[in-house]
Amino acid sequence: MTIFSFFKPSRSSAPVARDRLQILLQHERVTAGASDLIAKLREEILGVIARHVDIPADKVQVKMQRGDAVSTLEVEIELPNPIRQRRKEGAEAAA
Amino acid sequence: MSQVLVVTSGKGGVGKTTSTAAIGAALALSGQRVAVVDFDVGLRNLDLVMGAERRVVYDLINVVQGEAKLQQALIRDKRLDTLYVLPASQTRDKDALTEEGVARVMEELRSHFDWVVCDSPAGIERGAMLAMRHADVAIVVTNPEVSSVRDSDRIIGMLDSKTVKAEKGEYMEKHLLLTRYDAARAERGQMLKVEDVLEILSIPLLGIIPESEAVLNASNVGCPVTLVDTDSAPARAYLDAARRLEGDTIPMVVPTERRGFMSKLFGRRAA
Repeated sequence: MTIFSFFKPSRSSAPVARDRLQILLQHERVTAGASDLIAKLREEILGVIARHVDIPADKVQVKMQRGDAVSTLEVEIELPNPIRQRRKEGAEAAA
Repeated sequence: MSQVLVVTSGKGGVGKTTSTAAIGAALALSGQRVAVVDFDVGLRNLDLVMGAERRVVYDLINVVQGEAKLQQALIRDKRLDTLYVLPASQTRDKDALTEEGVARVMEELRSHFDWVVCDSPAGIERGAMLAMRHADVAIVVTNPEVSSVRDSDRIIGMLDSKTVKAEKGEYMEKHLLLTRYDAARAERGQMLKVEDVLEILSIPLLGIIPESEAVLNASNVGCPVTLVDTDSAPARAYLDAARRLEGDTIPMVVPTERRGFMSKLFGRRAA
């Protein structure tokens, strides 16, 4: 610090902080909300499939790609061979 | 009607425990029955800030586990008859806090007190989640600094999704308490202003606590700042904040230290 720095107007860093936070949080709020949504979708999709077919929980993958105009949801379900279909309970009782 | 209040922040070291003690004491000053509850299992400090560290016999975990009755664990404040501390355990693991156990203890506290003030641990783990779980009202303690504001934003999201109230589809009341504020530095553009933080977090403002020596002095002697140095700037700010919680309308100002002419001339600046 020199004697001249006394005369210089102090740099204001607060506006930088505000702008950085605004951009960051806009992004984080969306992703936090989306990860909740993806977890929910994954759970429910898995539930529907598991009602009919034996499937390990990690074989259902849900991904979201965010675009400017539209976002795409990618659902990948891997069914292990041979496909073991669950029988309806009524059918089981009759057999 | 009894109210459960959680004091939370996400980030550590922003003033949750100081604020819990100060606001708890301020509420008790008006004769209301107040319990301040430490949820920071393993790193308890509320007892120390309240000056009750040598009177801890049983703690929250003992009560949650059914090893002690609530009345045995509650420590009555030496200065105010209506103020009680429920300390956290220093030795046990936070996993000893069970969801059902905490629910039962909170219910029991509600039946005895007008205010139950829960001091949340930092972070977003189990302890912080359990501290906010049963709250009716939340105070989000934030410093005018980027990492604190970001963590507060995260905690606000959790208050709106992970609390019992939110799960029932009810509105979770949240208030911002801006601590360690330096109006002069904010004016010079070196610190986020109150308006900046409010705009980013968009929850109503409960109070602005100025940076002050009085806060450290109070914790040094183990007394809430609202009881030991009642005329200091932070004490007045906390007292106003407590009254706003009770529903009073008080104009929002940043209290400044009241100093004499000589100390204005020759006094040192705080921190």
